[in-house]
Amino acid sequence: MAFVNWLKRHLVVIAGLITLGYLLLPNVIVTVFSFNKPKGRFNYEWQQFSLDAWKQPCGVADMCGSLSISLRIAALATIGATILGTMIAFALVRYRFRARGAVNSLIFLPMAMPEVVMAASLLTLFLNLGAQLGFWTILIAHIMFCLSFVVVAVKARVMSMDPRLEEAARDLYASPAQTFLRVTLPIAAPGIAAGALLSFALSFDDFIITNFNAGSTVTFPMFVWGSAQRGTPVQINVIGTTMFLVAVLLVLTSMVISNRRNKQKA
Amino acid sequence: MAAVTEAPPLAPAPEKKPPRKRGRLVPYWLLLPGILWLIIFFALPMIYQASTSVQTGSLEEGYKVTWHFATYWNALSEYWPQFLRSVLYATAATVLCLLLGYPLAYLIAFRAGRWRNLIMILVIAPFFTSFLIRTLAWKTILADNGPVVHTLNSLHILDLTNWLGWTAGDRVLATPLAVVCGLTYNFLPFMILPLYTSLERIDGRLHEAAGDLYAKPFTTFRKVTFPLSMPGVVSGTLLTFIPAAGDYVNADLLGSTDTRMVGNVIQTQFLRILDYPTAAALSFILMAAILVMVTFYIRRSGTEDLV
Repeated sequence: MAFVNWLKRHLVVIAGLITLGYLLLPNVIVTVFSFNKPKGRFNYEWQQFSLDAWKQPCGVADMCGSLSISLRIAALATIGATILGTMIAFALVRYRFRARGAVNSLIFLPMAMPEVVMAASLLTLFLNLGAQLGFWTILIAHIMFCLSFVVVAVKARVMSMDPRLEEAARDLYASPAQTFLRVTLPIAAPGIAAGALLSFALSFDDFIITNFNAGSTVTFPMFVWGSAQRGTPVQINVIGTTMFLVAVLLVLTSMVISNRRNKQKA
Repeated sequence: MAAVTEAPPLAPAPEKKPPRKRGRLVPYWLLLPGILWLIIFFALPMIYQASTSVQTGSLEEGYKVTWHFATYWNALSEYWPQFLRSVLYATAATVLCLLLGYPLAYLIAFRAGRWRNLIMILVIAPFFTSFLIRTLAWKTILADNGPVVHTLNSLHILDLTNWLGWTAGDRVLATPLAVVCGLTYNFLPFMILPLYTSLERIDGRLHEAAGDLYAKPFTTFRKVTFPLSMPGVVSGTLLTFIPAAGDYVNADLLGSTDTRMVGNVIQTQFLRILDYPTAAALSFILMAAILVMVTFYIRRSGTEDLV
């Protein structure tokens, strides 16, 4: 009976942890299989432990090239989308203007549209214009779908900002530019950073829209897709594991830093 | 206080009002580049796509707008099974995401204590490994002679799923079950995050109040917690259903030719068969169907402020 009661009380926790396990299981598999030495071309079955792939992460033809293309596109798309999106977010929160409803739906729709629809329609545009598919068409597409996410992230932050802080700055004879650079921007920064981080992740990992508009350019997700047909090198898992570890480390350090700051303030 | 003393004592007072015309144009200048980008690369393509869908012709001779609406009829009559499958798989994945995601969101919001941030990171971190790599990992997990299939088989669960038509024989891979499993996995964080956001806003004292009024834990959940988390449920289901309905990656990597969804058809028509009108028509139908469903769903659930 005691056990049943315990189970009843912790049912949510147990169910939640099972879900967490479901979410993390593939990452565990990816990590474990980065130490595999597969027999055939595919890395789906465990054979024996080996460090080969970790010793030669770029040992597969074209993989690291595709990785660098992906990183460059993600960096440029992040810069583009963050600048354009932040401007829109400020306009939406700070100003009254006509056609606000139309602007809002133009921001919302890309997020509510299946990727394959955006991908296909953008391809019809590029085909009609006779554009050369490749690096630039991918970049254009990525800025387009990252924009809305930046707007949402920045908007949330700017909306929760106390307008009296800026009034105070102006009362203290700060010029509009000074007010913006030394008060508004630092307060909006976490929202902008969140938007930029999201853009980077979305762009780096995008497959569907890239698949349609890449021409013969191969990004990292495109490389993985191709290898699912031709044979999956273990190095893919090495990259996947590294990305996961770097992301977790980055988030953890930023948390530790912000914790320390909060303690200092308190 | 430092700012006050540092301010130049004789700084000229700022102009009372900036020149009116310039001030009024500021929002438009801020909007212009981003909105132009969205108009040219999001809205305009939709129009091009609509026009492509009513064209006839061939790759060699070029396409012309002939208002050939029969393309829509032909596409629907040929590919309705894939459309139906998309809706079914996406619905199944959305329901599973809700069932799996709710306990975890609840755990993070109310029960995690000092573990909250860590669990949050673990929910988001998989995002940073390419989702294609993670989807391929399901090939290993669900492998024919792997432990999962073995367990399901020995518990006779596979017999049940075979009977329901979700699996075939001794396999899970290349069946609807594998595709739904992959879809659920891929879009689960999109369910958990909005759920968590709306759960976290709930005032904990409401739970205490319900308890004080002799509500059992489950009654408290049914009458207090769940209704208050509705905004999260609505945006979570939308964020899961929409991408799942248009997905073709899971159906391609984990499924077979019998599990092709509408996304797979659009992809092959566009990139391999190069039948642009049919592909554009299919994509247009998918877009229209989803927009209608989303509008209807948002109206019904009464949550207008999703953005």
